[in-house]
Amino acid sequence: MTFFNSVKLDKDKCMGCINCIKRCPTQAIRVRNGKAQIIKEFCIDCGECIRICPHHAKLASYDPIDVINHYEYTVALPAPSLYAQFNNIDDVNIILRALKHMGFNDVYEVAAAAETISEASRKYIHEHMDKRPFISSACPSVVRLISVRFPNLIEHILPLAAPIDAAAEKAVKLAVEKTGLPREKIGIIFISPCPAKMTAVKSPLGFESSQINAVIAIKEVYPILLSHMKQVANIDEDIVLSGKIGISWGRSGGEAGGLLTDSYLAADGIENVIKVLEDLEDQKFADLDFIELNACSGGCVGGTLTVENPYVAKAKLDRLRKYMPVARTHLDSENADDLLFKHEIEYQPVFKIGGSIKESIAAMAKIEELCEKFPGLDCGSCGAPTCHALAEDIVSGRAHERDCVHLLRGYIHQLTEQFNLLDSLNHPNQNTKN
Amino acid sequence: MDDKIILRYNVSPNDFTRAGEASSDVKSKLKKMGIPPEAVRKVAIAMYEGEINMVIHANGGIITVEISENCITMVLADNGPGIADIDRAMQEGWSTAPDNIRSLGFGAGMGLPNMKKYSDHMDIQTVIGKGTTVTMKVNI
Repeated sequence: MTFFNSVKLDKDKCMGCINCIKRCPTQAIRVRNGKAQIIKEFCIDCGECIRICPHHAKLASYDPIDVINHYEYTVALPAPSLYAQFNNIDDVNIILRALKHMGFNDVYEVAAAAETISEASRKYIHEHMDKRPFISSACPSVVRLISVRFPNLIEHILPLAAPIDAAAEKAVKLAVEKTGLPREKIGIIFISPCPAKMTAVKSPLGFESSQINAVIAIKEVYPILLSHMKQVANIDEDIVLSGKIGISWGRSGGEAGGLLTDSYLAADGIENVIKVLEDLEDQKFADLDFIELNACSGGCVGGTLTVENPYVAKAKLDRLRKYMPVARTHLDSENADDLLFKHEIEYQPVFKIGGSIKESIAAMAKIEELCEKFPGLDCGSCGAPTCHALAEDIVSGRAHERDCVHLLRGYIHQLTEQFNLLDSLNHPNQNTKN
Repeated sequence: MDDKIILRYNVSPNDFTRAGEASSDVKSKLKKMGIPPEAVRKVAIAMYEGEINMVIHANGGIITVEISENCITMVLADNGPGIADIDRAMQEGWSTAPDNIRSLGFGAGMGLPNMKKYSDHMDIQTVIGKGTTVTMKVNI
């Protein structure tokens, strides 16, 4: 398996400080030769390093807006979190009309597809109660995290397409029917709150390929949309296909709400997500039907490509949904099976320290021995986030003991003493004078 | 080349916020060592239950974990009050945990039964007033 990441480094801006290495929840970053390096296979695209970097050296990769011009016919797929970016919005239609006004030929709401996923989830969970609790598969960072770190929980992942993938499938079908154009002339363009979705497009989860042709950032579309929204405010065109259930997917607790059960928990923020997964793995809690996990605080509204403060955005979304019907789009029972994963999520043991158990035992013994030598300050000066991580790097040949400044100081001190001793042997008289 | 590794943990008494630290450290190390997920799960659950028992009943103690190529052995030793009636303690739902512990969600009487269920071999040595040593093995 090849790992694709959507978090990139701007080397010129990187100062080689330790902010990102300390914040990374999977310890995927090292500072080497004064610059941060992301260990690709450890990275889950959660965006924590983008948030913390004081020099803005971490970049999310996404497509430029002019990608719209690369296709004869384009369909915008707005994420529900887009609706939460604006002030005083009572009607989603204004945003959707503005998307068409700015250049997209059509719009298909991810929130509409989300309502079909909610319906499919209710059905799937009801039919597979023996496998509960089910863990949401909508956040690609969470699914990636489970696949590299929680092998025992893979079987609990709800094996259904994420709303964006279901939306893309539907949008392609509608566009082909409407225009008669060949597939390659149609651009399916996701307006995304987060870079992890970019990764999910390049290496899809549970499916062979993705129907999404490009991913553009909410923060790039936002200023353009604002001016177009003013111009379309008085047009009377009703295109909204989503209701309360669909748009609520934009914030933490929304997906779970759509299951119409109270047997769930919803956790957001990657550290909280990890705690829940650890406890779930140890069977510290049970008896829940559903576990909704979002890597970003507040859910998708907290994505790094959004504009508004996540909690303000959440409040706006809740205000917007108040006067909406419960749902407007329903599951097409003929296509229900298309939503199921085509292949299972596989365990990727990327953190393994040895080829065989025997090798791993020897490596772990060496790591423990090194940790005894290190000061245990986790200062980050060596470029690794903790002393333990440095020990692992040394054992795997990626670092050296003297990368630890404290051991280096001891080593220099020792050398100096040896020099002095040598010096005193060569010049015994001078030494006695002193 | 060593063919086994030994890890040692001090379990502090009456500190529920820290209970489980030792078992989660072992779990993370076993995963990094490429131990099969099913064995990791068994060790994590069995050891966590044991660790909680040491916190609730025995004023803490010492856990020693030995990892070899085909077996993980956990020895949980405490200087607590000892177990008066092992047969009853092994019954699901039977517990001597006081009300203040139960109100925290512990003391459901599943500790020893779960330790037995998730280990491939379990041995209990206990002396009233002196302490208890539980040895659990999980095969790889």
